[in-house]
Amino acid sequence: MTTTVAGGRGGARRRFDPTILLFVSPTLILLLVFVAYPFLRAIWLSLTKTTLLGGTVGFLGFDNFVALFQDPQFGAFVGNSVFWTVGGVSLQLIFGVIGALLLNQKFRLRGTVRGLAMIPWATPSVLVALIWLWLLDPNRGLVNTVLEHLGIMTHPVAWLSDAHTALPTLIVIDAWQGIPFFAVMVLAALQAVPEELKESARTDGCGPLGVFRHVVVPSILPTVLITLVLRLIWTANYIDLAYVLTGGGPGIASTTIPLQSYLTAYKQGQLGSGAAYAVVQAIVLAILVAIYLRLTQTKGVKR
Amino acid sequence: MTANALGTIDGPRTERIPAVAPPARRSSSARRVGRVGLYVLVAGWMIATIGPYLVMLLTSFTPNQDLVANGMSKLPSALSVQGYVELFTTTPFLAYMRNSLLAALGTVVLSLIVASAAAISLSRFRFRGRGALLTVLLIAQLFPAVLLVIPLSTMLKGAGLLDTTAGLILVYTTFATPFATYLLKGFLDGLPPELDEAATVDGCTKFQMVRHILFPLLRPGLTAAGTYIFIFSWNEFLYALTFTSSTKSQTIPIGLQLFIGDYQIRWDLLTAGGVIAAVPVLLGFMLVQKQLIGGLAAGAVKG
Repeated sequence: MTTTVAGGRGGARRRFDPTILLFVSPTLILLLVFVAYPFLRAIWLSLTKTTLLGGTVGFLGFDNFVALFQDPQFGAFVGNSVFWTVGGVSLQLIFGVIGALLLNQKFRLRGTVRGLAMIPWATPSVLVALIWLWLLDPNRGLVNTVLEHLGIMTHPVAWLSDAHTALPTLIVIDAWQGIPFFAVMVLAALQAVPEELKESARTDGCGPLGVFRHVVVPSILPTVLITLVLRLIWTANYIDLAYVLTGGGPGIASTTIPLQSYLTAYKQGQLGSGAAYAVVQAIVLAILVAIYLRLTQTKGVKR
Repeated sequence: MTANALGTIDGPRTERIPAVAPPARRSSSARRVGRVGLYVLVAGWMIATIGPYLVMLLTSFTPNQDLVANGMSKLPSALSVQGYVELFTTTPFLAYMRNSLLAALGTVVLSLIVASAAAISLSRFRFRGRGALLTVLLIAQLFPAVLLVIPLSTMLKGAGLLDTTAGLILVYTTFATPFATYLLKGFLDGLPPELDEAATVDGCTKFQMVRHILFPLLRPGLTAAGTYIFIFSWNEFLYALTFTSSTKSQTIPIGLQLFIGDYQIRWDLLTAGGVIAAVPVLLGFMLVQKQLIGGLAAGAVKG
């Protein structure tokens, strides 16, 4: 990574250079104003009583957090968050890896298939929600119609408004949308497996499965891990589908912590306690972010 | 050259020829079963991925009385553009389209300027804090949106930018820039450093070198990054939901979300809106999918 033009001239580069400052300052200013400052302000807000209409009316210390942990529903929010994140990402992992192995085979129209497979990634989340709302419509939707015709179901299921099926249904939709990204990441790793390694494993008497286990799996493992952590972070934060399709309901059956944060802030107008939920979410995710940084950085060193 | 710089999904074809040579042990009939299985799996995947879009497309051209009577269980009796006509005559969809287009194009321009400047510095110059900047760019992408959305809305309110396209552009630029920077940096890293070395030897200033040597070479990378930024802005939901409140600045995802609340009995109209929301991003994506996918994989893994 450091073999670019600048690599050999370290000494001169250390001096203050106005051109470089000019080039990086827009990025720095944007990040300071729209990420760093709001981040600190969110922490501050979580310690105050702030409402949408009234503004900040007082400093509370940790009262918002105490109230949040004492809320009898908090356990359900945590449970939903874990189920949503782990469920969605597991499906993405399993089908993403299978998909990548498929896309790495030779078949006709492979280039087109690779492009088409990625389409859900480029689709607006609200549109994904809209498509599936129609497909899952209890009375007229294609999913119920097909399942009834096949005799799998005897009566229509209200997938998104039944407390038992709402969150699992959201998870499946999230997987549908997220599998392509996973597959493409793993595919890129599969293509980077050195052919000589596979060849020498074959010469050493490995069958196709042996090559896969001893050569392919170890070489794609770092990418799979990084993608896994990345998807965990994204999925944990992803509330668009639940917001549009169930609003967190029925009841709180599909309410995750970030969704509860948003609903508290903008449906109940309690910006302070909404921010407290978001801070809890951020603290938990910080662990995943640290793992992600570690994984990417050690990989960078190896290259 | 340019495609390889981004690490295309297809990779160099020549390298893969040995992989096709089948292990001698497998009989040809077993291989044929494998081929059929492969095509069945790929076809199944394509149906699951593309099918929902085709259902949406067909629904948008189905007369509403058919949808009310049969849902999608029967093919439409006739094709109708009533959904599209009413979408444009009875709803503010044109305003949503205008706002989406302005927000997305504005973000593309602003973010490309900011990101290419940062990418050039990170790829071509060594300076103090370079590693830190790379890490900060990575972390900025992983912040929970719900954590930043609350303070950002109060900040935009204070600046008078709530419910304006300019406010959206500023926020979108911040969150599109880190990844666009990685994409462009990866692209630049693949361009031979001898070029700019020669320019520097010839007495060019840094600024001239960037202007005359790097920028023209960077054009394909800018197309891929620009498309990524466009897709990101066009699809964004949570910030638009929070920061916009009238047809002055509401984007298509917000319009669709409002429609879902208001027009659940008019699936022809809803899906017509969905089709229009999908067309620009899917077209753009298919045009640059190879560079974009390669860049996505490299950007997320290399860090």
